[in-house]
Amino acid sequence: MDHFPTNWGRPKYDGFDTNATYPFHDHGHNQSAAFAGATQHTQQPIVTGTSVLAIKYKDGIMMAADNLASYGSLARFKGVQRLHPIGDYTVVGASGDMSDFQYLQHVLDGLVISEEINAQDGHTLGPAEIHEYLSQVMYSRRSKMNPLWNSLLVGGVKDGQRFLAYVDLLGVTYFASTLATGYGAYIAQPLLRKAVEGRENTLTEPEARGILEEALRVLFYRDARSINQYQIATITANGVDISGSLKLETAWGFAEGIRGYGSQTQ
Amino acid sequence: MNMNTIDLDRLKTGEVNLGTSIMAVQFEGGVVVGADSRTTTGSYIANRVTDKLTYIHDRIYCCRSGSAADTQAIADVVHMALQQFTQANGGPPSVHIAATLFESICYANKDALSAGIIIGGWDKEVGPSVYNIPLGGGLFRQPWAIGGSGSTYVYGYCDATYKEGWGRDETIQFVKNTLSLAMSRDGSSGGVIRVAVITEDGVERLFVPGNELPTFWEGLEVLGKPAKPLGVVPMAIEPL
Amino acid sequence: MTSIGTGYDLSASTYSPDGRIFQVEYANKAVDNSGTAIGLRVKDGVVLAVEKLVHSKLLVPGANRRIQTVDRHIGLASSGLLADGRHLANRARDEAANFRDNYREPAPLKALADRLGLYVQAYTLYSSVRPFGCSAILGSIDKDGPSIYVIEPSGVFYGYHGAAVGKGRQLAKTELEKLKLSELTTREAVFEAARIIHLVHDDAKEKEFELEMSWIGDETNGRHVPVPQDLFEEADRKAKEALENFE
Repeated sequence: MDHFPTNWGRPKYDGFDTNATYPFHDHGHNQSAAFAGATQHTQQPIVTGTSVLAIKYKDGIMMAADNLASYGSLARFKGVQRLHPIGDYTVVGASGDMSDFQYLQHVLDGLVISEEINAQDGHTLGPAEIHEYLSQVMYSRRSKMNPLWNSLLVGGVKDGQRFLAYVDLLGVTYFASTLATGYGAYIAQPLLRKAVEGRENTLTEPEARGILEEALRVLFYRDARSINQYQIATITANGVDISGSLKLETAWGFAEGIRGYGSQTQ
Repeated sequence: MNMNTIDLDRLKTGEVNLGTSIMAVQFEGGVVVGADSRTTTGSYIANRVTDKLTYIHDRIYCCRSGSAADTQAIADVVHMALQQFTQANGGPPSVHIAATLFESICYANKDALSAGIIIGGWDKEVGPSVYNIPLGGGLFRQPWAIGGSGSTYVYGYCDATYKEGWGRDETIQFVKNTLSLAMSRDGSSGGVIRVAVITEDGVERLFVPGNELPTFWEGLEVLGKPAKPLGVVPMAIEPL
Repeated sequence: MTSIGTGYDLSASTYSPDGRIFQVEYANKAVDNSGTAIGLRVKDGVVLAVEKLVHSKLLVPGANRRIQTVDRHIGLASSGLLADGRHLANRARDEAANFRDNYREPAPLKALADRLGLYVQAYTLYSSVRPFGCSAILGSIDKDGPSIYVIEPSGVFYGYHGAAVGKGRQLAKTELEKLKLSELTTREAVFEAARIIHLVHDDAKEKEFELEMSWIGDETNGRHVPVPQDLFEEADRKAKEALENFE
C-alpha cells in the first residue's frame, strides 16, 4: 500500500510546484544518509489552500480567497476561511499549508491580546506592524530550516493609509497595489495589474469587487486546486468586513458545439 | 521532500499500520463514530479484529488512522491530559478542547508522526460535534468526516448521500454503508465494522460481523456466468 | 492588636498559638485601608467600578489605573497595594494566555480564579515573601455567562453576585444587597455602580478621588472595556445628583 495519504486517489504525480516554493520543494533528493537520524525539518505542505488575491481601491483594500483546503488533488475541506482578521485594521490571507496558517492565526491573536487588549496604552497594531511581525516570524522559521509553509497577503487601512504587502515561507516581502499568491501570481496578477494600476484612487467598491471576481473566475477555470466558492474581505476606514461564502458564476455553454480535437465534425 | 517523489520514511519498515476506513457523523442528539477492524504490516493482516474506536473521555471518542503506535501514544497522552483537566476544572472537557489537544500534538510533532485522527463526541456547550485532524495537523470541524486510506474511495458516496437533519438510525446506517463500501474497495481496510453512538445519555457500541456487512453491486451476476449459453455440449468422456 | 510584640506576626510561615497567620491579616488591613472597589454581576453582563483615591493634585488624571484587562473578556479591579494588584494582573494575563495556548479557547473565569488563588496562597507559605496586599475582583462573560470572583490575600476566592472590597465595603455591600442584580441590565448597572462609589466615598477624610469604571456585556461584544465617555459622564453626573438628594 502507498502509505502516504497525499498520494491516495491520485493517478500520477503533480508535476508542478503547488505553492511556487522553488527551490525549497525540490530539496529532498540529495540528502545524505548521514542526516537520516537527525531532526527532519523543511517538511512539505499537506493540507493546502491555493491563491489569495488582493488589490488597492478607492476606499481601501479588497482581498479574496476561495474556501478550499486541498489534500493533494483531493478537494478535502470545502468550507475553510482563508482570510483572517487581525485587530481592527488588518486582514491576513493565506495560501499554502493550512495547519501552519491556523498556527499563525493563533500567534497573531495572542499578539493582539498582549499588545492591544492588555497594554491599553493607546497604541494599536495596524497592517504595517502585523506584516513586519509576520515577516520576522517567517524569516526566523526558515532560518531554523523549519519554515511555515505559506504565502501570505497582509492588507489593511489605518490612519487613512492603505497598506498591502506580501510575505512568504522564506521571509521574502514586497509591496504593490495588486498582489496574488500561488497560481494567482501567474494567472491573476497580470489581469489585476491591467485593471488596477493607475486607477487605485478612483476604483469604486463594486468595480474592485468585479475585478477580483473576474480574476477568481479565471483561476477557477485554470487552477486545478481551486473551487467556485470564495470570500471577499474589504478593509476601509470603517473597519474590516469579511463576506460570507459566495458562489462564482461560470460559463460553459460555448463548449456544447465543440467536436473532436481537429478535423472531426460530428 | 517534494510532492513528486515522496519518499518519506514516515512509516518505518515493518511498522504496524492502520490502513483504515474511519468515520464520524453528527446528528441531532449525538455523534456516530465507526471504523473497520484491519491492521496490517505491509500486506499481512496483523490483526483482523482491531478496535480503532478509542475512548478519550466519557462522551468523547476518537477514530485512529495511520501508525498504530503513534496514534495509540497520542490517544493515551490526550486521555491523561483530559483526566487531569476534569479534576482541575471540576467537569468534563468539551469536544473542542479534546480535539485541540490532539491537534497540538499532531502539529508540534508533524515530522515524526503519521496520524490522521477524527474526534467525535457530545458536550453540554455545543451538543454533538466532529473534528478532523489530517496528517501534519490542522483542526477542521465538519458535520461528517471520513479518514484513512479507504476514505478516498467513498467521498463521492458520502457527498451524494449525506443529508442534514437525519436521526440516529439513519446516521448509523449511513456509517455502516459507507464503511462497507470503503472496505470493499480498499485492500488495507476490512474485517468487521465497529460503531459507537455517543449521546448525552451515554455511549452505545454496535457491531457488524465481517460476513454480514451491507452489500451493494458486486458484479458477480455479470461475470459469474457467460452472457448466453454456448449451445455446445461438453465433450463426452469415452469410457475405457 | 493582640498580635503585636508576641513575635508570631513576623513571618507568614509562622502560626500564632491559636492558629492564625498575622501576616495575612495585616495584608487584609492594606486592602481595608484602600479605596473601594466593587463588582456587579447582572442579567447580561458585569460592571467593575473603583474609587481611586488621588493623593496629589500633581498626578495626571487617569494615571495609575486600578482596573486592568487580563484577556479580551476578563477584567480585574484591585484594591490595596496597587503594585501588588498590577503584579497579580500580570500573572492573570500569563495564566489566561497559557489557557489559550493549551486549549485554543478563552479561559473560563472559574479556571483563572482557581489558578490565581493557588498563586496568591503560595505567598502565605514562606518566610521569604510577604502575602499580597491586595484583593482582586475578577469579572468576565465566558461560556457559562457573566460571573465575578474575589481573590483575597489568603488565596481563597469566592464567586459573587455583587462584591465590594476596600474602605467603603460595608456600606457598598448594603447598597448592593438592595439591588435586584439578576434583573438589571449592564447599562443600568453602570449607573448603580457609579452611584455606590460616590455614596461610599467619605468626603470628610479623603479629599479627591477618580471614578473608574469598566464593563462587559452584549453592548461591548463580550469584551472588557472602559465604560464609554458619554455613558460614564452621564452616570457620574447622576451619581452626584443622587448623592445630593440622599444628603
